[in-house]
Amino acid sequence: MRRNNLKADSLQDISVLQREFLEERSRHRVFVKVMRIALLIAFLGLWEAATAYGWIDGFIFSSPGRIVRTFVSMVKDGSIFEHVGATLIETVASFVLVVIVGLFCAILLWCSDKLSEILEPYLVVLNSLPKSALAPLLIVWLGANRTTIIVAGMSVAIFGTILNLYTGFREVSQDKMKLIYTLGGKRRHVLTKVVLPSTVPATISIMKVNIGLCLVGVVIGEFIGARCGLGYLIIYGSQVFKLDWVLMSIVILCIIAMALYALISAAEKWYLKRI
Amino acid sequence: MQPLLECRNVNYSYHTEQGETHALSDISFQVEDGEFEVIVGPSGCGKSTLLSLICNLLVPESGEVLLNGKPVGEHMDFHIGYMPQKDQLFEWRNIYGNVTLGLEIQHCMTADNIQFAEKLMKEYGLWDFRHVKPSQLSGGMRQRAALIRTLVLRPSLLLLDEPFSALDYQTRLSVADDIYRIIKKEHKTAVLVTHDLAEAVSMADKVLVLSSRPARIVKELPVFFDLPERTPMESRNAPQFKEYFNQIWKELSTYAQE
Repeated sequence: MRRNNLKADSLQDISVLQREFLEERSRHRVFVKVMRIALLIAFLGLWEAATAYGWIDGFIFSSPGRIVRTFVSMVKDGSIFEHVGATLIETVASFVLVVIVGLFCAILLWCSDKLSEILEPYLVVLNSLPKSALAPLLIVWLGANRTTIIVAGMSVAIFGTILNLYTGFREVSQDKMKLIYTLGGKRRHVLTKVVLPSTVPATISIMKVNIGLCLVGVVIGEFIGARCGLGYLIIYGSQVFKLDWVLMSIVILCIIAMALYALISAAEKWYLKRI
Repeated sequence: MQPLLECRNVNYSYHTEQGETHALSDISFQVEDGEFEVIVGPSGCGKSTLLSLICNLLVPESGEVLLNGKPVGEHMDFHIGYMPQKDQLFEWRNIYGNVTLGLEIQHCMTADNIQFAEKLMKEYGLWDFRHVKPSQLSGGMRQRAALIRTLVLRPSLLLLDEPFSALDYQTRLSVADDIYRIIKKEHKTAVLVTHDLAEAVSMADKVLVLSSRPARIVKELPVFFDLPERTPMESRNAPQFKEYFNQIWKELSTYAQE
């Protein structure tokens, strides 16, 4: 293994065919990157041109230029920070709560086979329920406030989290659990020494999905029960026909989703390198 | 003299909704202090079940397991070390963390015990690897670490459940030598389970032959080699080896038919 790497490093002593192969691979990678960026530029350019030449109505479809101008003006009057900040705080809060509540419930289910058997059909139903249906209910029950939005964010992710974590816990090898018992351990040692540490990678990848789901839930909550936030901006913008606001919010949501995902991926990489 | 371990008329069955599987039938045997007992039998005959009964993970349906004459469940200070089929080292812990896992679980990370663990690691060549993850060790070294993990708890009896079956043949021979040497040096009593006849004869002071399910004891065969310093490898080369091997082979082929 190490020898191969050394060979690849010094280009002199690799064979002609291997060099051709490596060059082909790097050409391929460059091509893919260039095409990705070109596609984005082409899309934005076409959009801008279409509105500039009047092929589509810029008032309804907005345009990259209008989005940027809207963004700049909202940065100047500071209102954008309020909206982005609200959505971010609510998303992170619901994500943290999902992690805590999800882990707690999954551990509880793991501790009692009877309980998990009894609750299984209910969890499955709740998980497959379209959570946006709950949002109007939450508004009525909890009021139009931040709590409602955080709960709406949680509602999208929590049931899937519990089910997936529990499944992960159940997949821990029987032999490893047996080992703990032979070393004089009890069931709680099995949990703390085997089940939890061995499922950390699976838990992180569940969380990677969750952060996106929480964002979805928070935006749904903001649609109907908020005075600020990107979800509010989208709904309000569409009602007063400020579609620049709507599209700008969507672009910002894309960026937030990507950034949060990247953050958890970084945590995952850090963990995998550490073990 | 009282035997260290005694099984008296032990019976055990597994119950599932599909039916009952009679695994062990009227098993009785004794193991003396310092003895190396090997249990052989066809695959799936209930050998591992027997070990689980001895270390009290399962409770016999009838009969008794006695340690120093006392039922296994009533012992507080009698520790049984168990070495599983695969090493079961935890990848999220380094070797040091794996070896001291038992101490951690039993809340006895005392200076004295830690010193003992470190002494064992130094003596058996694991000290230089203490900060290394299990996956970076060879199969043989991993098995050694698994043995040290059980020895750290100062067990009075060692149970080995086909400890070499996951290794390739060549490693297997040298690891068997290695593990045997450590067990003898630490003066441990051991019960090893295997389906490999040659392995059984090469390591045992006494071989117990089990029939296929429901397992009964069909033969108890003391094994003795006239060697100044016996190792499994030396035993394999001894002239009596073939004799013992054939004797067990005959018993097994008579009773192990489906």
